[in-house]
Amino acid sequence: MKCFEYTGKEIFAQFGIPVPQGRMVMTAEEAEQVAAEIGKPVVIKSQVLSGKRGKAGGIKFADTPEEAKTAAADVLAMTVQGHPVQRILVEEKLKIESEIYVAITIDGAAKAPVIITSAKGGMDIEEQAEEDIVKVHLDVFLGLQPFLAKDLARRIGLTGNLAKSYADILQKMYNIMVRKDAELVEINPLVISEDQVIAADAKVTIDDSALYRQKDIPFVDEDMTEVEKMAKAAGVGSFVELGGNIAIMANGAGITMGTLDMVQLFGGQPANFMDAGGGTGVEGTAKAIQILLAQNPKVIFINIFGGITRCDDVANALAYVKKNIGIPVPVVVRMVGTNQEEGVRILREVGIEAYREMKEAAQKAVELSKAGEEA
Amino acid sequence: MAILVDASSKVLIQGITGKQGTFHLKQMLAFGTDVVAGVAPGKGGGVHEGVPLYNTVYEACEHHGIDASVLFIPAAYCKDAALEAIEAGIKVIIIITEHIPVQDELIIVNRAKLKDAVIIGPNTFGMASWKCKLGILPNIAFSPGPVGVVARSGTLTYEIVGSLTNIGIGQTSVVGLGGDRVPGSTFVDMLKRFEADEATQVVVLVGEIGGNAEEEAAEYIKTMSKPVVAYLAGKSAPPGKRMGHAGAIIERGKGTYEGKVQALTTAGAQVATFPYEVVEKVQQLIRRS
Repeated sequence: MKCFEYTGKEIFAQFGIPVPQGRMVMTAEEAEQVAAEIGKPVVIKSQVLSGKRGKAGGIKFADTPEEAKTAAADVLAMTVQGHPVQRILVEEKLKIESEIYVAITIDGAAKAPVIITSAKGGMDIEEQAEEDIVKVHLDVFLGLQPFLAKDLARRIGLTGNLAKSYADILQKMYNIMVRKDAELVEINPLVISEDQVIAADAKVTIDDSALYRQKDIPFVDEDMTEVEKMAKAAGVGSFVELGGNIAIMANGAGITMGTLDMVQLFGGQPANFMDAGGGTGVEGTAKAIQILLAQNPKVIFINIFGGITRCDDVANALAYVKKNIGIPVPVVVRMVGTNQEEGVRILREVGIEAYREMKEAAQKAVELSKAGEEA
Repeated sequence: MAILVDASSKVLIQGITGKQGTFHLKQMLAFGTDVVAGVAPGKGGGVHEGVPLYNTVYEACEHHGIDASVLFIPAAYCKDAALEAIEAGIKVIIIITEHIPVQDELIIVNRAKLKDAVIIGPNTFGMASWKCKLGILPNIAFSPGPVGVVARSGTLTYEIVGSLTNIGIGQTSVVGLGGDRVPGSTFVDMLKRFEADEATQVVVLVGEIGGNAEEEAAEYIKTMSKPVVAYLAGKSAPPGKRMGHAGAIIERGKGTYEGKVQALTTAGAQVATFPYEVVEKVQQLIRRS
């Protein structure tokens, strides 16, 4: 889960990382008030998850509280990459002498946390030359030892008090990763301003699997579509909206991806990724089918290889939705595995003939999705 | 022959009395797995489905020689259970559980490395060799034979292994690495074992987008004497979207389908476009040898 910048900065402040003076507000009047409290020129930053908000005009500067009010009103009226701006961060404007990039994340291949840092901050790390980037893996049992933090400061050219502050910030970023279950703690830019090192931005991503033990971090679902939010509320294992017209359900992430790939290779457009999970049962599957319907697809394609998932459960769920809610579009089902015969029989009763092979079923789904196009 | 475990392996199940543990214990026993003990805190001294129960892993190890442990433990308690198995000296540990926090996975996986234990998973169907299934792979999918299978995802493996079995091509071992960001074992770890296993003639690799495990596998495949057939899922996945598995995401231009296909093809592996093509390619290779 990606956190908004202001949440990231609240976490930073809590752990002692210096951040600019400021506050998140939701109205232009409050923005004026915060600017007056700060008593210096301010920056108004839209709180959206998109990275390119500066280019989109979502960051404005103001010299007086009155200007801050006007700028805040402008930003609050904006939509950045499809998301209406609801919150803004009003902060003191820093005198920037130089910008540093620093991030801690987890390198799955190395099975270790990794620190990535560069003396050239401000721009995207992937746009930087390889020789400007310093990358160090950490031993999970040692954590980030002070000597390493100090040496990283040296390697990006910092000395004296600045080096000390930088090393201290690194230590605190590492603590955030471990104690807040963060997958990513990124500061870009970390700025040097009047002999101080300050986090001008904050990107913190919390491990979804650890949200159960990070309840004090506000839940953010801005990067989810309406149907994705519905799917989450319905408890559907895993769902991503993709925008095509063939709604797809399968069980297991791998086979769901494989089903999407096959549909696309045959010339169809998947509406979504939906891993309905293993052993979901009749009720859960019926809810999942309703999420498929919510996308107004031309075809529904269900691909089940029953292991823990029982074919008769899936068939009963389909029959239930068909009888009680109605399915206004054709349904293509491929079904093999646990309780296959019973599943096929139940489907036949409601007029659905199940396929055995994934290939034929995928071809049929694509064909039906194109029906009427030529006419 | 097989890799990691075989029909003689003595198996422990942690979380044996839960709903999932019980269901899969029965399936594993029906498959022929030698389950010698189960751990269920507070139920030590009892018997479950004919298997003796212990309160801790240490206690189970005092009474039985344990070759492998399978964990059916809720995510929040998995770190403790896995560390217990590692510290008790068990050398093959299968973690079925999904949604384990990545910070916990880092501790488990790195501790296992220090203690010379092999972790399979987390978030996996487990593995199977002849008469020794550790996990949740459907019993009917597996049959004994000359093909080694290593995969990141479960149901896709059932699909491919089931098709192989249906046309009479069996497997030495089938291993699921799991779909998480920090898997205990990698393709390379398992490819090395299949390369060394005399009974394995052909290896099937089932990968997916995200991370660089397939690219690393490609480097090793260059040095292998045995042919490798690969299938990768996620060709149609857009960047930045997590496709069910925590590890199945294209981030910052890394982990793309095209990059992985290129690496594997260059290394000499045959890459199938569709799952059913895997079976055709394996069939040709077996016929040739």
